[in-house]
Amino acid sequence: MSQNNTLLRIEDLRLYFRTRQGVVQAVDGVDFKLGRNEAVVVLGESGCGKTSLARAVLRLLPRNVDTYSGHVYLDETDVMSLGDEEFRRNIRWVKMSMVPQAAMNALNPVLRVGEQVAEPMTAHYLADKDEALDQARRMFQHVGVPVDFLNRYAFELSGGMRQRAALAMALVTMPEMVFLDEPTSALDVLTQANIFNVLKRIKNDLEVSFILITHDIATSSELADRVAVMYAGQIVEMSDARRFFSDPLHPYSRMLMASVPRLKVEQEPTFITGHPPSLLGPPSGCRFADRCPSRFEKCVEEPPVIDEKGHQVKCWLYA
Amino acid sequence: MSVDVKRRESSDRVSLSEVGREREDGALLSVRDLRVWFELKRWGFLHAGYVHAVDGVNFDLHLGEAIGIVGESGCGKTTLMKTILGLYEPTDGEVSFAGSEVEAFGTQEMRTYRSAVGYVQQDPYGALPPFMDVQGILEEPMKIHGVKDSQQREQRIRDVMAEVKLTPIEDYVDKFPHMLSGGQQQRVVIARAMILEPRLIVADEPVSMLDASVRVEILRLLQGLQASHDLAVIYITHDLSTVRYFSEYIFVMYAGKLVERSRVNELLANPLHPYTEALLAATPDPDYRNALTQKEIPPGEPPSLVNPPSGCRFHPRCPHMMEGLCDVEEPPDFEPAPEHFAACWLHR
Amino acid sequence: MKNLRELLRYPTAIIGLIIILGLIGVSIYAVVSMPYSEAIRLWRGGENVWAKNPKTAAPTWINLFRRRDLPATVVIDSKDETVGKTREVVSEDVTDIDFSFDFDYPYYDFPQEITLFFDAKYEEKQPHVSLTWLTPDGREIRIGSMALDSSSTTYRVSQDDTLERRLRTDLPAHEALFVADPTADALQLVQGTYTMKVSAKVFEPEADVDAELVMYGQVHGWAGTDHRRRDLSVALLWGTPIALAFGLLAALGTSLTTMIIAGVGTWFGGWVDGVIQRITEVNLILPTLPILVMVGTFYSRSIWLMLGVLIALYIFGGGIKTYRAIFLQVKESPYIEAAQAYGASDARLIFRYLIPRIIPTLLPNLVTLVPSFVFTEAALALLGLGDPILPTWGKVINDARFNGALYQGNYYWMLEPSFLLMLTGLAFSLLGFSLDRIFNPRLRGM
Repeated sequence: MSQNNTLLRIEDLRLYFRTRQGVVQAVDGVDFKLGRNEAVVVLGESGCGKTSLARAVLRLLPRNVDTYSGHVYLDETDVMSLGDEEFRRNIRWVKMSMVPQAAMNALNPVLRVGEQVAEPMTAHYLADKDEALDQARRMFQHVGVPVDFLNRYAFELSGGMRQRAALAMALVTMPEMVFLDEPTSALDVLTQANIFNVLKRIKNDLEVSFILITHDIATSSELADRVAVMYAGQIVEMSDARRFFSDPLHPYSRMLMASVPRLKVEQEPTFITGHPPSLLGPPSGCRFADRCPSRFEKCVEEPPVIDEKGHQVKCWLYA
Repeated sequence: MSVDVKRRESSDRVSLSEVGREREDGALLSVRDLRVWFELKRWGFLHAGYVHAVDGVNFDLHLGEAIGIVGESGCGKTTLMKTILGLYEPTDGEVSFAGSEVEAFGTQEMRTYRSAVGYVQQDPYGALPPFMDVQGILEEPMKIHGVKDSQQREQRIRDVMAEVKLTPIEDYVDKFPHMLSGGQQQRVVIARAMILEPRLIVADEPVSMLDASVRVEILRLLQGLQASHDLAVIYITHDLSTVRYFSEYIFVMYAGKLVERSRVNELLANPLHPYTEALLAATPDPDYRNALTQKEIPPGEPPSLVNPPSGCRFHPRCPHMMEGLCDVEEPPDFEPAPEHFAACWLHR
Repeated sequence: MKNLRELLRYPTAIIGLIIILGLIGVSIYAVVSMPYSEAIRLWRGGENVWAKNPKTAAPTWINLFRRRDLPATVVIDSKDETVGKTREVVSEDVTDIDFSFDFDYPYYDFPQEITLFFDAKYEEKQPHVSLTWLTPDGREIRIGSMALDSSSTTYRVSQDDTLERRLRTDLPAHEALFVADPTADALQLVQGTYTMKVSAKVFEPEADVDAELVMYGQVHGWAGTDHRRRDLSVALLWGTPIALAFGLLAALGTSLTTMIIAGVGTWFGGWVDGVIQRITEVNLILPTLPILVMVGTFYSRSIWLMLGVLIALYIFGGGIKTYRAIFLQVKESPYIEAAQAYGASDARLIFRYLIPRIIPTLLPNLVTLVPSFVFTEAALALLGLGDPILPTWGKVINDARFNGALYQGNYYWMLEPSFLLMLTGLAFSLLGFSLDRIFNPRLRGM
């Protein structure tokens, strides 16, 4: 059996929401590839659709969905074609899981932490209660939380430990990939470094793939093998980490990098004027055009995704 | 156990001196040996110890200076800031503004003091009352401080909004907070802080809840206001990478004490306290190599402020801990380099 | 404002609003067409006020549901031209005055009563009348004769035992008059034109006799009547503004006061909050209705007193706990802290910053509170503790129950005010729930 290195392949994924003001095109035709044991960062600012992307792949949809289409190939099976119940039973939290934003606040205050972490196992009939707790114990060891905390309640743990418990909960069923939505945004810098140490170790030990969703460019470099930049519901660049952090391709990526204040190097950060277009009726043509310093006539047409030396960029400058 | 927080109320003590006059050495704000402790009560009335949130802080701040206070959550920087703002009362030590002790202010002086200190908060949406429009929000401080003439208020609002670049003004004055973007909301917060022509601005993580591309804009704005109005700014954050661009001095706070103080470039180039070193090492710059290595972090967590460790508070986590010294005696402020203070026995 | 537009998206809100507007319209109409003092006077009733109404008659629209109509009340006045009153001087002292009341009777049921109201004008000598009844099938029945005195004489056919005996029937007299053969076992009511002939003799040249024939139907008015012949429409119409006013005043009074108390308590915390909470907790256990009953029995049943006591009991009620929870949360908001930093006083913070945040919760609560107060007032009336002089819905239900309305088949009496109560409750609840959905977006999905 040939080992295909691509774990997840997304083609033309679309997720639109119906709201009172109209249809919000949160995820607007996203193509994406994730390899085995690889960490890809989805970088973007608030409102670019990155959380919706995770929800779309995991089919965690609210009631007001307008459009939900595309193909999501997990191990070459199109999971989009599976029914909701089958998806719930076999895919979600079995093959892929998620650590949602502010997960540390999402722990149930009236249940012991160990029980909560073990729950996905029992909920998917993968183990009975004792085995599940054993697995939870093993996960606690992986994430670096002392095992006696299994019997504690959420409020007895610090922020960093709660985040690690949430991570353990996402890993307990040994999925092949985990979405991490802003895993450290509310945490201090030392705790943050700690969590990333944990993530790096788990990636090595358990051979899990990660999709890290964040707006924090500096910390994203702690885990990234590859970087995808999302803007206004679309992926505008996909490069490997080395290329991206030294010399990004897309003008938006360049401006983002320039806006990061650096500690070790003296470089005055700059900012990007204007703000992203509303997802309620995105403009035609390149969505970044009106903020782009390199804009030219061709930009009124929507640029295709261009392959530039193994990296993908959605910009006419590389045509 | 419940925590009783002492909130400052206006006192009727006799005022000592006129606010606005500076001390001989010109310091606008002077903090001496400040301690702010909160009493813990068991069952609502039994004494059960103190939370030593701020435990001996000293510094001076002059007009036109910006200092960044850096520390992790639980280090006391928020309590320090709120005490300076007059929201908490010091348990010991003093906070002096333009030469007079804040604690001794009468109602009138307290009011002047409040108008002299502007507060910019972390959460731009939470900092604005959701049921007031921008006009109302900006008028409130003026109304409270007795600016009765509505023309005058109107004019001041115009001036301030122009300064924070919320123009054209008509587009914003009647909007409610939820109609504005994060960056715009924060501009309103800054405008409100500036509206009474303060001398000191206290900014608590003013950009941590904003997008990366907007952060720089807001920090630039604050910097510009500081320069044009010769303001003193206290900038509180846990993000070292922004501090260097927007303040001259950095103070590092740990477990209620200031462990290192210096000019920004000096501190970043030459950190003297092990905790500072750890912070710097843990703060990433965007570099692909970060993904390939594990970071060295001091083990453990910041200590409980109820029973802080004896001696140097960092000693349980410090790689350079010297037994018999660090765990016994609290280090004083040493000055191993000019204007660079570190409270660490390594530099005795 | 935009909330109104939002509200109108909910069909339940629209229904609620329409009903409430309807109720308000009825209230305005009631107050305008019948001023307060008039309503009270009418409701107190008395001898002459409702004399021409039948007792416990159903509303006329009942006939829409019946194959054969029930008789309505017929009133004929001799002063009316159609009656054909004649005056004939027979001798110096005697004058004959004759008139006859003709009416059509197509019904298959009997009227409740037949009464003649005489109005005699004379100085000394009493006039004398004799009455004859002409049936459509040609029979002439002598009803009786009597002397009139100057105070209006009222002759009630149904109470005439002599007539009853003379007709040799077990039926009440007024029913017997309509039957072909009163003695027969099978009763057959004769339809057609009947005449009541009145022959009066006056013994003075200036004397005069007038009469009014009232045949009390079994249906009357659009609301029916009660045991004291009062037209129920008075109570139903006037009950509307009373119910609404009571409900709104009580709801408003309690909500606002509760909110302020909760705000003050939460703000100052400490023992102030503690005292308020303890009072509330004790008060929650106290049973409202029995206390109201005691006040009503031992003190006074005035509706204003009841309103006052009810509000006093309700102020320290469950609302305090709800508002306190919200206030506690809002109190920690950054904008409250910011306001403290720029020098806002406690009073300003409570009234300008804390309370406006409560309004979104307050409004739906207030609206859903109105019907519970309306029902409480009705409950009090039902227990006999209603305000003694006001015509309220509860009072009508009480009268109905007391007079065995359901046993006697007078369903309308009980059902009409009940329906109105239910309608009011429904309207406010619908509106309240919709408001709740708007102001508490998290419930929107439901």
